[in-house]
Amino acid sequence: MIYSLLVLSSPISGHGSRHALHFAEAAIARGHQVNRVFFLDAGAGTGNGNAVLPQDEGDISGAWRGLASEHGLELVLCISSALKRGMLDASEAERYEKAGAMVCEEFSIAGLGQLIDAGSTAERLLTFGG
Amino acid sequence: MTQVQRRKQLIVLRQTPYASSLARSATDLALAMGAFEQDVELLFLGDAVLQLLDGQAAEAIGQKNLGKILASLPLYDIEFAYVDAAALARHGLVGEDLVLPVRPLDAAAIQSLMAACDHLLSL
Repeated sequence: MIYSLLVLSSPISGHGSRHALHFAEAAIARGHQVNRVFFLDAGAGTGNGNAVLPQDEGDISGAWRGLASEHGLELVLCISSALKRGMLDASEAERYEKAGAMVCEEFSIAGLGQLIDAGSTAERLLTFGG
Repeated sequence: MTQVQRRKQLIVLRQTPYASSLARSATDLALAMGAFEQDVELLFLGDAVLQLLDGQAAEAIGQKNLGKILASLPLYDIEFAYVDAAALARHGLVGEDLVLPVRPLDAAAIQSLMAACDHLLSL
């Protein structure tokens, strides 16, 4: 089965982000494919490479990065959600003349078309949070 | 090669218009789906029916008028929205109060609508 995920929750508040992560891990472990994870609204904070978490608290963003490196799933932040939250990659930081990029390299920034495209190839599209 | 299929999609809107940024994100998603000529329908559940109210004074709180954005959906061939009939009644609203033509559904019809779509996005 091919899954696409839509994550609406912040990685540091509520359960949506963690549920999405655990779903992705479980699906991959059972031999399914997660083609793309699209982070919208508060979910866009998941790509923040500057977040510093206490050592004894789970690092959801780090776990997504590990999953992406290991299994090649695409992590995409909604561009309008990301920009509003100061989540810029190098090219957006340059374009808006902001101090620096803070999006981890495992995440890309793109429009909602990337969610629609993922949904059109996936057999299931699951929403987490909201 | 991945086969691209046309999916019947339903966006379920569940938020009041201005309590968080989610309602706006859901509206952006609806517009994007319309612009990408997706087979998409909208269902406003519970207090989300307030998103459809005509004459929202959103500028008073420094926001974009969500009703005005939703009113542009027919430009993208989304001609009407499904709404939760019980929620409309609870808020004392009728079709003339809203920015889009609506089809009110009872609980059983909402269930059938959800069961009939391939993808359901709930925000």
